Parts: sequence; C-alpha cells; structure tokens
Amino acid sequence: MLELAIGAVLVNNILLIQYLGNCPFLGTSKKMDTAVGMAMAVVFVLAMAGIVTWIIYYVLLVPFGLEYIRTLAFILVIAALVQFVELFLKKSIPALYAGLGIFLPLITTNCAVFGVCIINIDEEFVFLKMLVSSIAYPVGFGLALILFAGLRERLIIGRVPTPMQDTAIGLVTAGFMSLSFLGFKGMI
Amino acid sequence: MIEAIIGPLVVMTGLAAVAGTLLGIASKVFYVWEDPRIAEVANVMAGANCGGCGFTGCDACAAAIVEGRAPVNACLVGGATSAEKAAAVMGMEVGAAEPLTSENTCTGGFRAPEKYYYMGVQDCRAAYMLYAGAKECGVGCLGFGSCVKACQFDALKMGPEGFPVVTVEKCVGCGACEKACPKGIMQVRTPSQRILHMNLVTDRLAPCRQTCPAEINIPKYINHIKNKEYDKAYLTVMERNPMPLSIGRVCPHPCEDACRRQLGDDPVSINQLKRFCSDWVFDNGAPVKIPVAPDTGYKVAIVGGGPSGLSAAYFLRRLGHKVTIFEWMPRLAGMIRYGIPEYRLPKAILDRDIKRILDLGGIDVKTGVKFGVDFDLGSLVGGGFDAVLFSIGAWKHASARIPEEDTVKGVVPATLFLRSQTEPGVGDPYRIGKHVGVIGGGNVAMDCLRSSVRMGAEKVYCLYRRTIAEMPANVVEIEACHHEGIEFIELCSPTKFLTDDEGNLTGIEYLKNELGEPDASGRRKPVPVEGSETVIEIDNFVLAIGQATDSSFAEIEGAAASRIETFKGSIVVDPDTHQTAIPYVFSSGDSAGPPGLLVAAIGGARRAARGIHKYLMGEDMAMPETRLRVDSRRMKGHIPGTIFDSIEGVERKGRIAQPELEPGSHERQHTYAEVDLTVTEEEALKEANRCMRCCLTCYNRDV
Repeated sequence: MLELAIGAVLVNNILLIQYLGNCPFLGTSKKMDTAVGMAMAVVFVLAMAGIVTWIIYYVLLVPFGLEYIRTLAFILVIAALVQFVELFLKKSIPALYAGLGIFLPLITTNCAVFGVCIINIDEEFVFLKMLVSSIAYPVGFGLALILFAGLRERLIIGRVPTPMQDTAIGLVTAGFMSLSFLGFKGMI
Repeated sequence: MIEAIIGPLVVMTGLAAVAGTLLGIASKVFYVWEDPRIAEVANVMAGANCGGCGFTGCDACAAAIVEGRAPVNACLVGGATSAEKAAAVMGMEVGAAEPLTSENTCTGGFRAPEKYYYMGVQDCRAAYMLYAGAKECGVGCLGFGSCVKACQFDALKMGPEGFPVVTVEKCVGCGACEKACPKGIMQVRTPSQRILHMNLVTDRLAPCRQTCPAEINIPKYINHIKNKEYDKAYLTVMERNPMPLSIGRVCPHPCEDACRRQLGDDPVSINQLKRFCSDWVFDNGAPVKIPVAPDTGYKVAIVGGGPSGLSAAYFLRRLGHKVTIFEWMPRLAGMIRYGIPEYRLPKAILDRDIKRILDLGGIDVKTGVKFGVDFDLGSLVGGGFDAVLFSIGAWKHASARIPEEDTVKGVVPATLFLRSQTEPGVGDPYRIGKHVGVIGGGNVAMDCLRSSVRMGAEKVYCLYRRTIAEMPANVVEIEACHHEGIEFIELCSPTKFLTDDEGNLTGIEYLKNELGEPDASGRRKPVPVEGSETVIEIDNFVLAIGQATDSSFAEIEGAAASRIETFKGSIVVDPDTHQTAIPYVFSSGDSAGPPGLLVAAIGGARRAARGIHKYLMGEDMAMPETRLRVDSRRMKGHIPGTIFDSIEGVERKGRIAQPELEPGSHERQHTYAEVDLTVTEEEALKEANRCMRCCLTCYNRDV
C-alpha cells in the first residue's frame, strides 16, 4: 500500500512523469494561493471520481461486457459528479465552496482526473487500493503544482529575456522539474 | 450485431438519464436563493474568468457588484460596454462610475543618485526591503518596473529615463501597479480624487509646485510643452486652475521665485509658458474634454461670481454637484473684470476662460442680484441649496485717514476709478484732469497709474509712504510705470487736500517720511518728518491703499447670516475647510481673509470646494496631518531639503524676454491694447527646455 502511495506521489507523478493535466499545471500556477486551491480541489474531486467510476465499471460495464465504452461513461459520470458536488457544497458547506468553488468547474473533465480513473481500472486495483491511488495521485499533482507555483512566483520577479517570459520560461522550468522527478525512478 | 449497438446505447442513455435526474433533483434540493441580478450582471461581463477585477471569477465579481461591494465598471475586460449594461441591470444611470486611471508621480529614474550598489533580486519590493531601496530619495522610484510587470493591460512601460510611463488610453484603473509599488508612487485615482488631493509633505513635489498657491503641477505641464503637447499642458493646468488665460497674464508667479534654476541661471519663465499653451489651445480651437463626475444630487449656491466663485463652481461641478452662481454685477468675473484694466487682461480673453467653465454644463448664473437685497440665506435654503459659498470679494476701499477724503470732489477710491473704465455703463464714467495722484504701492495702485496715462493725464504721480524697493507691486508693473513716464514720490504721507472755492481738488500737501524700526510686517516703519510739508498740484487723487469685504449683512440683528463671524470685514473661516460658523456656509477668495493674489483665490476655491464636497458627502473634512503648508510670500514651509543653496550642471542660458508693445508708442500710451504679448512657439520651446523638471531633490542637468 505504502509502495503504491509513494509510487503515485513521486515515482509516477501524474504531472511530471505521466504528463497529464498540463493545462491547470500552467494555468493555475502563477500564484501560490490559486495553486493551493486547485490542489485541494483536485484531491477532493479525484477521490470522489475514483470511487464512482470504479463502481460504474465493475457494477455496470463489466457485467454487460461493455468495457470499451468506459471513456464515454467515465466522462459523463465525472462531469455530472462535479456538478453535483458543486451544488451540494454551495448549499451545505458554503465555506468550502468559497474556497474551492471556482476551481470545481475547471476540472470537470480534466485529463489528470480522467487518467487516474483509467489507471485504477488498468491496474485492476481492488477497492482499497483504488482508494489509495485516487488520493495519492492528486496529492502528487498538488505537490508538483505547489512546487511549480513557488518557482514561478520567483520567476515573475527575475530577469527573464522578453521572448522567454511567462509561459515559455514556465515550460522550461516544468521540463527541469520533470527531469528531477525522473530521479525517483527505481525507488520501488 | 444489433445488440452491440443497443447495449452501449441503453447503458449510456441510462447513465445520462440517471445523472440528469440526480442533478435535476439536486438543483432543487440544494437550491440556494441567489439574487437573479447576479446572473444578469455575469452575463454582460467578458466571461473570461481572468481575475483582473480582483475577485475569484466573473460570478464572484457579479455578486460583488450586485451587493454594492464593487463598482459597475469592475469588469476591466468588458470595459465601458459591460459597465453600461451592468449599470442598466442595477437600475443606475449609465456611466454612473468615474474612470480610474494610473499616474506615475516620480520623475527621478536614472538621474536619482543611489546610496549603495544593489545586486539583489531585480524587483522593487525585494529592493525595498534593504533600507527602503538604493535611491537616496526616500520616496523615489526604484526603477525595477514591478508595476510594469504587474500591469495586465500593457498600459505601463519603463520609460527611457528610468521611470514608468502610463499610457492613459490603455489604462483600465485596475490598481495592480499601485499594489505592486512599495513606495506608493503609482497612484490610481478618479478625477474627483485628484481634485480633492491637496499637496502633502509626503508627495513628490518640485519647489515651484510646492510654492504655487493653486498647487499646479508645473513640471508636468512644462514637460508637455517641451513635447509640443500643448493641449495636454493646458489640461494639466486646468486640473488646478480653471482660468489659465487670465492667470497667465496677471499672475505675479511666486512659483518662479522658488525655481531651482535661478541658483545658476535665471528662473524659468513659468507663467509665460502657461499663457502660451493656454493661448495656443484657444487660438487653434483644440478640442478639450474635461471630465465631470456623475451627479450627486446636491445643489450649491455660490454668492459672488468672481475668480474664486467661478473656480469653486468649476471644481464643485467637476465633483458632480449642481451649482448656481449669484452675481451682483451685470457680468461675471468680479474684480478681475471690474478691477484689472483692459491693457493687462483683455475682457475678450477673460470671457474665454469663463465660457470654458460654464461649458461644463450644470452651472446656472444669475447676474444683477445682490445678497441681502434680492435674496438671503433663508431663501437659498428654501430654494433647495445644500451649501452656500460666499466669494464676495473685497469691494470696500480702505481709508487713507486724510481729512475730508470722502467729500472733496476729485478724490476717488481705486475700485470705483477702475470700474468706471473697464466697462461702459458700469459705475459712473469718471473724468480726470491733467494731473493725477495715486496713493498706494500695490498692483491696484499700478493699475490706476497706468490707466490714468491712458485716460489722457499729462502728469501722473505715485505717492508711497515707503521706498520703491518696499512696494508690494510686481517688479514688472513698476518697471512698466517707469516706461510710461509715471513719477514716483517715495516716502511721503499726505496730510491735507487743497481745494478751490467749489470744493474741487487742486492739490495735496504731504510730509516727507524717514524709515524707522521694522513693524509687524517686517518692513521698516515710515515716520513723518516735522516741517517737511510739500505741495503738489493735482486734479484727481485715487485711493489705492487696500480693500475690505463688505460683510454688513452679517451685522443685521436676527438675520440668519448674523451667525457668520467676521473680523475686520472678512468672513472668518477654517483655513483648511473654508467653513464658517454656520456649517453649511463656506467662504473663499478675498472675502475669506486679507485680499490676496488671483492665484491664491483659485487655490482657496479648490480648498473650499473640497470642504463643501466633504461636508455634503458626510466625509471627514479635516486636512490630513501631512498637509504641506507653504507661505509663498515669505517662501517658508517647503518640504525640508528641497530648497537648495547651490546646484550643479546648469549652463547660464538666460530667460526669454517678455514681448511687449513699444514703450512710448501711441498704442502703448493712449489705447487699452494689451501691453504684454504672448511668446512665440519657438521661444516657448526654448524656455520649456530650460526647465529642469525637478522633483523633491533630483533634477535634469544641462551637461
């Protein structure tokens, strides 16, 4: 279990090793505040999405032999789920909604979220392992995002040549971060 | 085969139906009432979720607008279109919010000396942490351009001189640059906020700008002239002075006495530059757009349409209040129309200034009505006015304490003497003889002297109790008197009028004075010498030794206005707010203190407008503790360290001459043609280039 968790957070980091979810990685990493908010929202949504898609897959698709439509089914379910969670939070936990509110719609059909759900199925995880993976992967996402936001906040005030400013230097930095995360290869 | 299609279809449709139903139920179960206007406002926004407004997404911004926490123009990307639509949703008037724009207030840049060599992170906020930055000037721009990077709208660029330059057209007023600047140099303000701002000791002000009683941003407008942006220069002046054509002709320019350039060269001829750019704008019909704030719904009555009343009307109107001016003379402009002679300030020029003020709209003018006769405080309050400003000037003449000065035919106060010749039909046409004497050493006396020359007097005397060097009149005026053949009799005290049998003036007897100990004003007191009686022959004698306010309406028992306190005729006001003892009554200009300069009346008008605005809006009326108080006459009270003893790097170039009508010419001696002329564009540019664009301590060097 621990191996699975460490593997998901560091060795197979969803952002820097698997290269999934790059849009929020670049889009919400300019400020630490938004990065933290995004990370929390991803953990929250992925935990829910992991559970629901796992159940849909094994309860609905497998018995009917419809594994091949999982992409369609998962997207639909995740989208509906996020909308539902948003409505629920707004009514029941307004404080949490205020914190995560604007990030929820942004990750409705995020490839990182979707990717983890598919990994859960491909690796044939049992329920408990699926749960660990659905939490550990987004934690890895958050780790990378927050580290990256820290770097970009420094980059904003640094002397960067004009053509390299903003996204360009961001991508280069992301590349270096990815290289350094490759160093975790072989840990497990 | 069919099954392969039906199976997935059923499953997907089922899933979608379940999800749809759940969401439908959830939207009912978890329904939260939300102001429907939020959705409407959100719909008219750009919808980019950019965060430029400072809220988390468009929905949050819309909610803030509906709840009144943000102005309707909060959506920066949507701009005016979205603001108008949002205002419509909110049931407000279109354009209900004033635009915010950013302004850089420091012109230091590369020229500002540094205390140490900084090699840290290239960011103002980081540099600021080390002893407030490397610049010697404590409030100067550090020049790393944190504001430029913070600007999302490409409206800020680092200029060639090392300080940021704002492109006003692109600026949306989001305030990001102001937040990024650790020194408060970038200031995002509405036009109203800029009008209400008074010079503070924490501001970045050149010595001239500190000295100007109207607080005009002199280095800024001269820089515009240097760049041939004459209309922008004019607008810069108009921010602080709504009568630049008139001021440009008659101001004694205390600012030039503070000009730092005079330490190594002549001071810059600031007033001629103001006159040049203002004349240029009117002569070329350049379009001028002066922003006016949305209506506040308040009405202000201004009693007295002189320079102070007109200026206060201008500032109050720009702050969004409706204004009505009550003027007792047939036409507006008070003493500068009925006191300053045509050859110094042509009435056609004055009318251009007045028209510009009235063109703002929302300023009513009623002429020929006198306070205390045609209306009073009670009728103004009953007429729906929320505040009253007295700017009634000083139309009463002071006594020369010569026996029978009120009865002798041929003795006349300066106010009446000047008024009779400024406009036909006003006052009594006053005929003068061949010899005219004027007592007094101020500018009013000079006006009387030079007018007498033009009215055909052969011999004109100026009688003054001290010496010419002590005369309060402008040096240029005294010089002009010499050019026009006026004789100065210094150190004399008139004691007796000589008359013929019919009581007509024939001469005056005076005692010679010598100067004794300095008196309260710091000047040496003239003491008459016994037995030095001298007689000169004169036909007319003009009293030009000072004026006072006619505040007799405040003496009437039982009248509402009797609660107004007066001192030696002047209305007693708080010097910062210009409020009188009656909270809704204010006073400015000559009536609120000893009579002074036109430019001081205009500066006072802005303070009064500020006081009235703060009073009407229920805001704190007191001036900030950091208010800068400069005595422009004694040249005291400047920000410490800004008045230098010497400067470096200045080449002696000399100031441009004042072009004038040829002394001795027919036009000069016998007509009222304007004597001082406007400088040419070439000369103006030459003079503008002499300006060192000083700030607090740094300035541009010639070499």
